[in-house]
Amino acid sequence: MARLRRSRIYLPGNRPRMIQKGPLLGADAVILDLEDSVSPEQKDAARFLVTNAIKSLNFGETEVMVRINPLSTCGLEDLAAVLPAGPDAIVVPKSENREGVQTVEKAILQSNLSKRVAILPLIESAKGILNAYEIAGASTLVEAITFGGEDFTQDIGATRTREGREIFLGRSMLVIAAKAAGVQALDTVFSDFNDEEGLRNDTLAIKQMGFDGRAAIHPSQIEIIHDIYTPTDAEIRHAVNVIRASEIARGKGSGVAVVNGKMIDKPIIERAEKIIRIAERLDLPIPEPEE
Amino acid sequence: MPDTNGVVNAAGRKVPLEIDGRRYRPYAGAFAEPPKEDKRRVGPRLGTILHPGDECMVPTLREAIERIELKDGMTVSFHHHFREGDKVLNMVMAEIAAMGFRNMTIAPSSLYSVHEPLIDHIKNGVVTCIEGGSARGKVGRAVSRGLMDRPMVIRSHGGRVRAIERGDLHIDAAFIGAPCADTIGNCNGVKGPSACGPLSYALADAIYSEKTVAVTDYMEETPVIPISISQEFVGTIVRVDNIGDPSKIVSNTLRLTRDTVNLNIAKNAVRVIEASEVFRNGIRFQTGAGGISLAVTKFLGERMKKRGIVGSFGMGGTTESMVKLLEEGIIHKILTVQAFDQYAIQSLLKDVNHIEIGAGFYANPHNRGTAVNLLDVVILGATEIDIHFNVNVNTHSDGILQYPTGGHSDTAAGAKLTVITTPLIRGRIPVVVDDVVVVSTPGESVDVLVTDYGISVNPRRQDLIEQLKAARVPLKTIEELRNLAYSITGRPKKPEFTDKIVALIEYRDGTLIDVLREVTPGR
Repeated sequence: MARLRRSRIYLPGNRPRMIQKGPLLGADAVILDLEDSVSPEQKDAARFLVTNAIKSLNFGETEVMVRINPLSTCGLEDLAAVLPAGPDAIVVPKSENREGVQTVEKAILQSNLSKRVAILPLIESAKGILNAYEIAGASTLVEAITFGGEDFTQDIGATRTREGREIFLGRSMLVIAAKAAGVQALDTVFSDFNDEEGLRNDTLAIKQMGFDGRAAIHPSQIEIIHDIYTPTDAEIRHAVNVIRASEIARGKGSGVAVVNGKMIDKPIIERAEKIIRIAERLDLPIPEPEE
Repeated sequence: MPDTNGVVNAAGRKVPLEIDGRRYRPYAGAFAEPPKEDKRRVGPRLGTILHPGDECMVPTLREAIERIELKDGMTVSFHHHFREGDKVLNMVMAEIAAMGFRNMTIAPSSLYSVHEPLIDHIKNGVVTCIEGGSARGKVGRAVSRGLMDRPMVIRSHGGRVRAIERGDLHIDAAFIGAPCADTIGNCNGVKGPSACGPLSYALADAIYSEKTVAVTDYMEETPVIPISISQEFVGTIVRVDNIGDPSKIVSNTLRLTRDTVNLNIAKNAVRVIEASEVFRNGIRFQTGAGGISLAVTKFLGERMKKRGIVGSFGMGGTTESMVKLLEEGIIHKILTVQAFDQYAIQSLLKDVNHIEIGAGFYANPHNRGTAVNLLDVVILGATEIDIHFNVNVNTHSDGILQYPTGGHSDTAAGAKLTVITTPLIRGRIPVVVDDVVVVSTPGESVDVLVTDYGISVNPRRQDLIEQLKAARVPLKTIEELRNLAYSITGRPKKPEFTDKIVALIEYRDGTLIDVLREVTPGR
């Protein structure tokens, strides 16, 4: 099963105090950022700091991602510096085609690390969205494609709104491309970190659209995102019953089972199995099925 | 020359038995030194009485000082309810200096950065000794760098009242900043432009000092109500233009932190409380006003509400978040020694279940019923904590005097469950260390340490370890937390000190728990 990536928190790569707190924030992943949150004159310092933070801090269960700069600027220098430290994943900004991903793949493979380093292309332009399927399938190291809402909005000449109508189609296309390529779809940040209700509503909406998680711009957002992406006791109980009913039905040679008066079929069973896998991953209590 | 020979006390610190003309017993354990049975409380001389028609009011501060017959070498006291907004101490000391007095001892319940003019009074020989709370800011820095020949005496809130009642701290004149007063000497702190809430820290001063002067900027018809400090004790009243800066006395609203790491510390502290046996109906607790403490108050209230637990009282520095618990019926009462925001002051005025208590009622270990002994839980901070759970709150790792002990050692000793909350690392400095610079609160009175990197229980509390394990609260040893801190920051260099003792850290029972030495010049 793919890694759990409900939340990814951006941490500026030139801010040691924030990076040091990274393992404590409770996010599924930290993105040590070398790109937009670091000013040009700080790039080299951030590269040095991020490399050494990965080497010396114990991030425990937290996945360590590094967002490099675009390959058209100093992305390759970033890769050369951080890859030897062994991050878990590289976030590739401004991804627009297969070639960019393959350049990163080559750098990873040439670094001869004993561990697997995943590639997470960040798609944030009209062209990128139209090529999303190609990008998602460009390398076996791609485990998810991610959406960058702010840059995308600017690229298509739209205005960013709280409701996000302007990015609805882009998001939807990204989810479809990801799922077609068999990788995760991860969403953009919700920029107004004082608007907890807005974040909650938006996250509910993207979960319903099929996203597997989203990025956070402020640590206070992590808990709300997890709240929505973590199965509730009732969902887990229902999933247990669905799986049990399907097993009984299969034992009887029947393809159809009924739970709480509703027919269950293959997609419902697969969704239930996914919920149980997440619950197991998070060490949540899983009840016995009801008879 | 101060005597720097000494003995190792029960907190493992070497302390002198005699210094600066004071004889000390070494700290022997939190409750090892009860008061001697033949010892009596001291009291002021009779003498200053008013006959019908006599006036307490004098027109100027100078006439007040003349009226109480202040002399060289006397001890004058102040309270710290005005915090950084205090104008009384500087005003009185400026007048004392202008009148040519020398060799004075000042006994403030605490000092703030605003009291920086004291440095000149010390340099000029007007002030030669400080007994009381602690010193912050530039005064603390100057004391740590050896400004004074005589060591400063640092006492907890309860220890200060104990020292006053026993005569260890003899106050010749108490100058009490009174936000609201009447012509006969009754005062309170809840009304007037400089309202600060209670006058708890000044109560013992008023009762036990030889002379008591109320300094006010707002008067009401006699008698003022409520009466925090009574006319029985106040002999002189002077009205001045302004005793405080309201914006620096209390905050309008203390905002809950958005720092996720601190919020997690607070949540884990509440998790510890909830898993312990003290989480039950009738729980009594003190939380405080720091960032983590405010969050603890909120989260604890939420858990109590959810679990249907109703508390008996909340105590301490009172904030809006504590008052909200009272208003929602989650706790029955509040006992207040200081108010941190306007909301708390207004509540004190209007809610009969919210009462002001004196510092002696609150924390004096040698009276017949001290409130800290009733506490189930106290949440406290630390600048440093060592692997024996000894806590330093007086200095940071640099050895510079910075914070008062306040009620720290008092509540830690009294409460059934003493929880220290702190980040493991501040900036690049580890908080959990091998050895603290000074011991403010002994490890034997500390039960749990909650940090952002994990929770550790004092091995003395096996019962609590069992309770927390049963509730699946993950625990680490304090050595593991220290190792974790050092693995990130490296092992810090110790500050360097000379032999000169600049401050005496008295434990609440009057024994000596530690001393602070002068930071080596140039460092």
